[in-house]
Amino acid sequence: MKNLIKLLSIITLICFTTAQSNSAETAKFLKTDWSFKGVFGKFDRGSLQRGYQVYTEVCSSCHSMKYLSYRNLGEKGGPEFSEAEVKAIAASFEVADGPNADGEMFVRSGKLSDKFVKPYENIKAAEAANGGAYPPDMSVLVKARGGGVDYIYSLLQGYEEAPGGMTLDEGVHYNKYMYGNKIKMASPLSEGIVEYGDGTKATVEQMSKDVTTFLMWAAEPHLESRHQMGFKAIIYLIILTILVYLSMKKIWSRIEPEV
Amino acid sequence: MSDKKPKRREFLFTASYAVGAVGVGAVVWPLVDQMNPDASVKALASTEVDVSTVKPGNTITVLWRGKPVFIRRRTQEEISEAKSVKMEDLKHPEKDEDRAKDPEWLVMLGVCTHLGCVPLNDKGDYDGWFCPCHGSHYDTSGRIRKGPAPLNMEIPKYEFVNANIIKIG
Amino acid sequence: MSDHEYTPTSKVGKWFNDRLPLLTLANHLTDYPTPKNLNYWWTFGGILTFCLIAQIVTGLTLAMHYTAHADMAFESVEHIMRDVNYGWLIRYIHSNGASMFFLAVYIHIFRSLFYGSYKSPREIIWIIGMIIYFLMMATAFMGYVLPWGQMSFWGATVITNLFSAIPFIGEGIVSWLWGGFAVDNPTLIRFYALHYLLPFLILGLVVLHIWALHVPGNNNPIGIDIKKPSKDTVPFHPYIVIKDGFALLMFMIVFSFFVFYSPNILGHADNYIEANPMVTPSHIVPEWYLLPFYAILRSVPDKLFGVIAMFAAIFVLVILPWLDTSKIRSAVFRPLYKQFYWILLADVIILGYMGAMPAEGLYLLVARVATAYYFLHFLLILPVLGFKEKTLPVPLSITESVLGGSPNLATAKNKESFDK
Repeated sequence: MKNLIKLLSIITLICFTTAQSNSAETAKFLKTDWSFKGVFGKFDRGSLQRGYQVYTEVCSSCHSMKYLSYRNLGEKGGPEFSEAEVKAIAASFEVADGPNADGEMFVRSGKLSDKFVKPYENIKAAEAANGGAYPPDMSVLVKARGGGVDYIYSLLQGYEEAPGGMTLDEGVHYNKYMYGNKIKMASPLSEGIVEYGDGTKATVEQMSKDVTTFLMWAAEPHLESRHQMGFKAIIYLIILTILVYLSMKKIWSRIEPEV
Repeated sequence: MSDKKPKRREFLFTASYAVGAVGVGAVVWPLVDQMNPDASVKALASTEVDVSTVKPGNTITVLWRGKPVFIRRRTQEEISEAKSVKMEDLKHPEKDEDRAKDPEWLVMLGVCTHLGCVPLNDKGDYDGWFCPCHGSHYDTSGRIRKGPAPLNMEIPKYEFVNANIIKIG
Repeated sequence: MSDHEYTPTSKVGKWFNDRLPLLTLANHLTDYPTPKNLNYWWTFGGILTFCLIAQIVTGLTLAMHYTAHADMAFESVEHIMRDVNYGWLIRYIHSNGASMFFLAVYIHIFRSLFYGSYKSPREIIWIIGMIIYFLMMATAFMGYVLPWGQMSFWGATVITNLFSAIPFIGEGIVSWLWGGFAVDNPTLIRFYALHYLLPFLILGLVVLHIWALHVPGNNNPIGIDIKKPSKDTVPFHPYIVIKDGFALLMFMIVFSFFVFYSPNILGHADNYIEANPMVTPSHIVPEWYLLPFYAILRSVPDKLFGVIAMFAAIFVLVILPWLDTSKIRSAVFRPLYKQFYWILLADVIILGYMGAMPAEGLYLLVARVATAYYFLHFLLILPVLGFKEKTLPVPLSITESVLGGSPNLATAKNKESFDK
């Protein structure tokens, strides 16, 4: 035990010393309560539905979400729109299909089984329309950024005047939380840019929270099942461990007791 | 050693085995279930078909759940032929009205009920279909009349969404 | 192997056993005399077997849904996560299972280093173990490429490029590995084929590993040779089976916390970005279990010597039974070696940490010192220690060490090795 402590202190000392030389380039992220964090974490349905609205009305003009299907919007653990609502959402989009009997591609209204429609045909088209910068697909964006939900939540609220002395190229904006502080996306959210169906006031902070919650679900649609199953699995394992431990003591008591 | 000791010891071991077995079952189920049709496959359970261009006497074949579906717009002759067949003459007795709600349209799975080949249209001795694999003959209602197939070609769930579109499944 | 004849109880059993002696084997395994003083560091062999089977089973079920093509791999993994029944669970078990596998193997190896399990007559067990470890690293490396994220692609590029350091034939070897001019679809497909194959080679080697172990029998915390069977041993079933079972359950609780509550914490966010040959991530980092070797590789400024150093780090472990000249097995009775053991453990952890940092400034300096010390430990300290060290007296039997029946009473209290 003493040796273990000695060991751990040496390691901590060295790692701590070297870590000092790594300066933080960006500010600490804004904090908020996320309903889905923690052992019993769950998504707030209202927030997910509002977040979907923000994604559709603001973000989807540039950002695709190609791994999601419209039917996901009605499935358990997500925004849980009703089947009628999801059908209507899907039908409001035009989807390319074909070839038909004449060998031609055609356009039809969306079905539940269709994937989310993309704003651009391919990455090159997306870059060309956005000054050379590709607006990343948002299906797993929350998992693709080290700061996760805190990073995205902060970035959406992090647009500021560039500090004195910093020159920005054409089409580049200053963001307090963006890695490197320069971002090609202009601030996408402004107060009231979306009118929420449930009457919630659409402040930038509220929209940031809602759309980030939506993005977390988009990246991890089975999060709630995962948390629930985890709780059951760990309780089960603890019970079984206790039973096996007692069995082990019983069995080992058969040989003469050790000093 | 008193009587109580062996009973308590056995109970502990039995309880451990029982609880352990529950765990093994819980682990095995997802490994088995992952082979069941996944959500994206189940979402494609139905298909809509535009039949506005199908003329009387013609048949189109569409793909539904990975299998061919024959949609035939029957002529008056074919309809009366189908309705006049006596039930005693059929290996698998089924009335034509039960197979084609709207007698003009026959919608059925184009899969031979013998061993799964796709029968050929407008062939065979009964003015319907003929399966080249082992020689089954089907009539204008898709019923087995001659050959080794045991059942009539299957009628899937379908409905006319409007005058031109049939939704299958 | 024990020589007493085992006769199955049933007639059918006897008939079968005369033709293929599986029942004799099962009987040998259940009766197998195991030292009764084994502590929990000995449970990791059983845990590792569980990990291998878990990886194979989850890997097989993932293979039913994965598409090994550069255009479809990333999407197929998302399909598994979203649409396949319990796909997310199987995937997270497989990815975190790899980390748990390495955690267990490192504990298993460090157990052997402490108690001298690699020493005569167990050298072959140790060497087979090193081959298994090497194959594990190759399997994990190739498996990480399969999701075709940014780290998958660039990790593959960096590591395969290492072979270009070989004089004359290096470039040829690299394009042979790639199947092209860069890491691309052909590379992905062959890595998939090999990733599927290697675990079965590992499985075969594990059988040989256990077979070789059963010749001399297990080592034990005080490192003495024991007679089997004797007062010093217990039959494997039920004593060791239940103890391994208990340890495995504790391990599975830890495993479950990762799978269900922090499934991505050991991974790298960049691997959720689809592979892009035009954009290199700011820091290319392998998975944590490969970091010490990565640090050693980057410590050496020369490309070829960096590669040599990295492979030498493993080779030095392979020849360990001949580098350690001490006649005493267990560190319990080698107080000086014990100190160097802890320093080595600290050194390896520091190397791991440095492997995760950019290879510059203070990080690089520390990594270089730690690399030098690593080789110093094996190539200089160990050989010298064997001759120079004053060891403690070793008890003659386990029972004696437990009950203190020998004149060496002081050593009897060394049952719990870490209490010094």
